[in-house]
Amino acid sequence: MLHRDSIKKTLLVAFTLCVVASALVTTTTVLLRPIQEKNRLLDRQKNILAVAGLLQTGKSIQELSSRLETRIVDLKSGRFVDIENPGQFDQHDASRHPLPSTAMTPKQDIAKIQRRANHALVYLLRDTTGQIKTIVLPVHGYGLWSTLYGFLALASDTRTVEGLSFYEHADTPGLGGEVDNPRWKALWPGKQVYDEYWQPTIQLVKGGVDPDDPTTKHQIDALSGATLTNHGIENLLRFWLGNDGFAPFLTRLRREGLAG
Amino acid sequence: MSGITETIKQRVGISGPQAREALLAPLFDYNPVTRFVLGVCSALAVTTSLDTALVMCLAVIVVLSFSNTAISAIRHQIPHSIRIIVQMTVIASLVIVVDQFIKAYAFDMSKSLSVFVGLIITNCIILGRAEAYAMKNPPALSFLDGLGNGLGYSIILISVATIRELFGSGTLLGYTLLPSVNNGGWYYPNGLLLLPPSAFFIIGLLIWALRTWKPEQVEKD
Repeated sequence: MLHRDSIKKTLLVAFTLCVVASALVTTTTVLLRPIQEKNRLLDRQKNILAVAGLLQTGKSIQELSSRLETRIVDLKSGRFVDIENPGQFDQHDASRHPLPSTAMTPKQDIAKIQRRANHALVYLLRDTTGQIKTIVLPVHGYGLWSTLYGFLALASDTRTVEGLSFYEHADTPGLGGEVDNPRWKALWPGKQVYDEYWQPTIQLVKGGVDPDDPTTKHQIDALSGATLTNHGIENLLRFWLGNDGFAPFLTRLRREGLAG
Repeated sequence: MSGITETIKQRVGISGPQAREALLAPLFDYNPVTRFVLGVCSALAVTTSLDTALVMCLAVIVVLSFSNTAISAIRHQIPHSIRIIVQMTVIASLVIVVDQFIKAYAFDMSKSLSVFVGLIITNCIILGRAEAYAMKNPPALSFLDGLGNGLGYSIILISVATIRELFGSGTLLGYTLLPSVNNGGWYYPNGLLLLPPSAFFIIGLLIWALRTWKPEQVEKD
């Protein structure tokens, strides 16, 4: 029997404990991952519905999702790409593989995403005549600690915001994490993300937004105590609304009409 | 029958009164929050609504009971020089397991609890009970002590959350009890109750009430 405080015993206990603890943690994580993954996808779908203004209590996510049309856009040309089962396409993954994505030069990469997938999933909501009413665009970019993943919903003029919501991030709860605060999210609808020359223009400003100021349609009250998250959101919107993002697609929609 | 209970007592090394003491004393007499003012951080953070408080309580009860049991079971093996690290490893592993379960089976809840489940690791109640109780007592008693302390913590959290949600939002578990003016009712919700400082006031008032009821808890100057 080893002495309890001998070096050998100390190392033995530390080693055994680490093995047992890691086995316990790993087993749980691996066994529960499929369920968590399902939850994550369901939550993302819920966010899409929420920014599109479709979320209703008492109706299933699947039922509501059927009203949205899922398309894949080639970001460079702004055209739709037809593939089977666009819902299976995972932009999250696509940006990690070298083939279908493009590396962003430091100058382009204002959203700090390094690589951007060549294609993007967009969700379209049409009115009864088949005209596009709402366009939901996936956006992501770096905040303070983490990449924020979210959706931006634009009205048919491709300029007016209908909603912005982030479904995955790990910024500081209570500060940057307040991007999830419904009261802050409620500030977005009605704001305009492009100026009259179709340059992405959106600012998160400190100290509140004066509704009488004519430029406030491009301004949002910034999150308090979260300077870098605010910069991150500004940058990611600028990126995704710019020429490396959805600008070619939105320009094409404006030019070719909303029935296509 | 009494023979069996005798054997159980001998096997696990606890007697009835001892077990009762371990389980019930932390509820009011030695409540970790009101008597020792531990675990206040999470009591401020997760008590704006009752449902988050309930999930948090359940998580703390599970972690505390099992960490106490596990640490007590290996207490004769733990070398003195690394005992805090060993305790923290056990606690941290259990917290991760609980966090993973919440993410799998209560996803929305895990989003509103955000980091606070992970922060159970730093909840002083857990390490405090491991060091003060589980290192000196047998596993069954330590389990009961963990359960009792978890319940003691829960009593306070649930009381605070009930007051905060009912008077701060006019609802309980999401059901409207006091229809607020914003929704066409008559109740003006007290916004202060939704802010963290209000939990301080409520915990302070609870400590006052408890020490009036049980004056022996008052510290002597």
